[in-house]
Amino acid sequence: MSQTTNILVVGIGGQGVMTATEILAEAAIALGHDAKKTEVAGMAQRGGVVSSHLRFGPRVLSPQIAPGEADVLLAFEAAEGLRWMHMLRPGAAALVNDSRFVPPVVELGLYDYPADPVAEMKAGSARVVAFDATTIAQGLGDIRLGNTVMLGAIADQLPFSAEILLDCVLKRFQRKGEQVVALNRKAFEAGRAAVGAAEAAAA
Amino acid sequence: MAAVMPAPAASRILMSGNEAVARAVWEAGVKVAAAYPGTPSTEMLEVISTYPDIYAEWSVNEKVSLEVAIGAAYAGSRSFCCMKHVGMNVASDALMTLTLTGVVGGLVIAIADDVGLSSSQNEQDSRYWGRFAHVPVFEPADSQEAYAMTLAAYALSEKHQVPVILRMTTRINHVKALVTVGERQGHVGAGFKKDPSRFVMVPGNAGKRIPLMFRRDDTLRAESEASSLNVIEAGSDKRVGFITSGPAYMHVRESFPEAPVLKLGFSWPVPFDLCRELAAQVDQVVIVEEVEPLIETELKAQGLRVIGKDILPLQGELAPPVIKPAIARLLGEPVDEAPLRVRPAQVFPRPPTMCVACPHLGVYYTLSQVRNLNISGDIGCYTLGAGHPWQAMDTCVSMGASMGVALGMDKGRGESDKDKRIVAVIGDSTFLHMGMQGLLDMVYNKANVTVMLLDNRAVGMTGGQDNPGNGRDIHGEEAPRIDFAKLVEALGVKKERVHVVNPYELPVLFKTIRDEVKVPEVSVIITDQPCVLIKDYHKLKPFEVIEDKCTGCGNCIDVGCPAIHVTRRAKEVKPSGREVDLAFVRIESSVCTGCTLCVQPCAPGAIVHYAPVSPIKLVTKGGCSA
Repeated sequence: MSQTTNILVVGIGGQGVMTATEILAEAAIALGHDAKKTEVAGMAQRGGVVSSHLRFGPRVLSPQIAPGEADVLLAFEAAEGLRWMHMLRPGAAALVNDSRFVPPVVELGLYDYPADPVAEMKAGSARVVAFDATTIAQGLGDIRLGNTVMLGAIADQLPFSAEILLDCVLKRFQRKGEQVVALNRKAFEAGRAAVGAAEAAAA
Repeated sequence: MAAVMPAPAASRILMSGNEAVARAVWEAGVKVAAAYPGTPSTEMLEVISTYPDIYAEWSVNEKVSLEVAIGAAYAGSRSFCCMKHVGMNVASDALMTLTLTGVVGGLVIAIADDVGLSSSQNEQDSRYWGRFAHVPVFEPADSQEAYAMTLAAYALSEKHQVPVILRMTTRINHVKALVTVGERQGHVGAGFKKDPSRFVMVPGNAGKRIPLMFRRDDTLRAESEASSLNVIEAGSDKRVGFITSGPAYMHVRESFPEAPVLKLGFSWPVPFDLCRELAAQVDQVVIVEEVEPLIETELKAQGLRVIGKDILPLQGELAPPVIKPAIARLLGEPVDEAPLRVRPAQVFPRPPTMCVACPHLGVYYTLSQVRNLNISGDIGCYTLGAGHPWQAMDTCVSMGASMGVALGMDKGRGESDKDKRIVAVIGDSTFLHMGMQGLLDMVYNKANVTVMLLDNRAVGMTGGQDNPGNGRDIHGEEAPRIDFAKLVEALGVKKERVHVVNPYELPVLFKTIRDEVKVPEVSVIITDQPCVLIKDYHKLKPFEVIEDKCTGCGNCIDVGCPAIHVTRRAKEVKPSGREVDLAFVRIESSVCTGCTLCVQPCAPGAIVHYAPVSPIKLVTKGGCSA
């Protein structure tokens, strides 16, 4: 089974987690892999927990990643990253958007948001890289670019080149014109750079 | 959705099981397709509606959708109908007689079982409909099989003039995998040929068709024994052989690559001989089926020694982390504990929320402020009203049940709730699906119930599909629009007991509810603002909180809008000596759409229109820049 790569993408309903995973799947397929993508999305509407599984390799059977078998975790929100850390293989990479999305149940005082989810993530054996994709996207002028920033962040953690993923990302925006494509290219590179910088700082 | 150019034959496409079925339906030359939305089945018909040359419709409920498909099949055309598992309960009345008449054109019913309850009120095993109705059942294990089995189902349906059930689960409907598609075959319908002995099911006619149905069982079992969809895969580790179907097959193959496996794609009628053939090759047979022991019970009745639910759960998915330890224990092997070494972190739950500015927020905020209510609820986004902060729904059973349950709660009052006011809450589409009959029953039987009919002009929970309440058909084109006030009046509700209220006007809503619950008759309060996710909704100027003015009273938090966030908490001792918790707030103005629901209960007037000091571009989906 070691020939199968397991990527877990997590976040909150409405953040674009499923689309991001689909783009990753397209990149794997473009390289000739078999691929399966599945979600545990809870009820269809917004604001709930979403975890999206992508498995690719010569032939994929079960679409689900078992606990302890994810090769990379891409988390769109800090506490959601923490929620799914047990899915990672020992020593695997977790890339986490260190911005918070506090749900009404916490605002109502029924539960606490973890004081420092990223620190908790780092307490385990995983290689945790945190960056603020939301601020990066805002800096580029549109919070919706966060999705592309996240895909840039995972680009150098895959068993294929970042350019292949970038191509698949940009293909999605071709219809929207050159300016949007250029912005997404920038966002993708910013995500890559953010992870590179965070790793350099840690080393 | 507008028609699109279908992908050319031999294309290899990443498709969900739902998309794969839709493609096959088009290739099979289906003329009529009908459904009512329901997770995880919804996308089948949505995608079918984008293909050319198919009549597709959202029906008002699953029973009607099946009847539409039956009519088309009687007329000799190929037809298709799909639904979630609970939808088949509604449609089953038609199915149980359809099995006697059979079909002329092929008819495939795709049923999506929500194994694992990602978005359902129960978990059912729809394969039992195959046994109950004496019709064949196919179970795909991935998207490619969903595509291929749909085509095979049409061939079988016409060969034996029998409807075929395509049994899917969430893990087939929503998983995306590669599918190689083919050419459109097309199909020419024969037209309706009158044959009362076959199509008019009165006792004299039906009685003659029952023996034919039982004889067909034998024919279908022979088909199943010989079917290429049922395959024994040889394996070198003969300690355990598996009989499995649907997504469980993939989990078994993943977990036990060396084991012999009988994969059942045509699982009803069960091919007993093939099962015996597998059993003869191995030390013991384990049945891995989601979710109930259907195949297991059949094989045990045949005298086969098999293991199944003795070691596997009766609920949920049978993924590798479930089946691997069960088989290890069976074989007396050590269980691999490695995956359990890292325990999941304890993180707060994050249930789905109602959307920012959802019109239901006003309804539930108001209901939570009215005392002495027992609230009978229903199925849709508004079921979330049972949760925090409103906790304003006390029951939820099945589509439309809010009506009958409210009537029963009224008539069955005990001493403790003799003074309670009974309220029923139902959405527009659920009301049209199965609520109308319940309301009629309440009127006829003189109920003392106040009905909240939440008309948001969409089937919200499943993605905002159109329905007769919003005047658009499945393609988004104009269609006759039902007038809910006239409809409930026609069902016998007195004109003066029908109120149409804007749910964003809290004082009016509050007064209307408070007044109507006191009237010992059936009242209907219709709220008339659209779902915020459909095109009828128009965003307004966003709000923000003036920090200095916020007193931390928390009234706005009780509205339950996810755009409101607490900035700090404090405690205050009132002159009476009572200690109160304060929560000071801010509004995420970038997502606020100006509904005013939080503004109305804000006593100090701390919530005002957002006026950014610096010209930061405010980015929202609809481009509502301030």
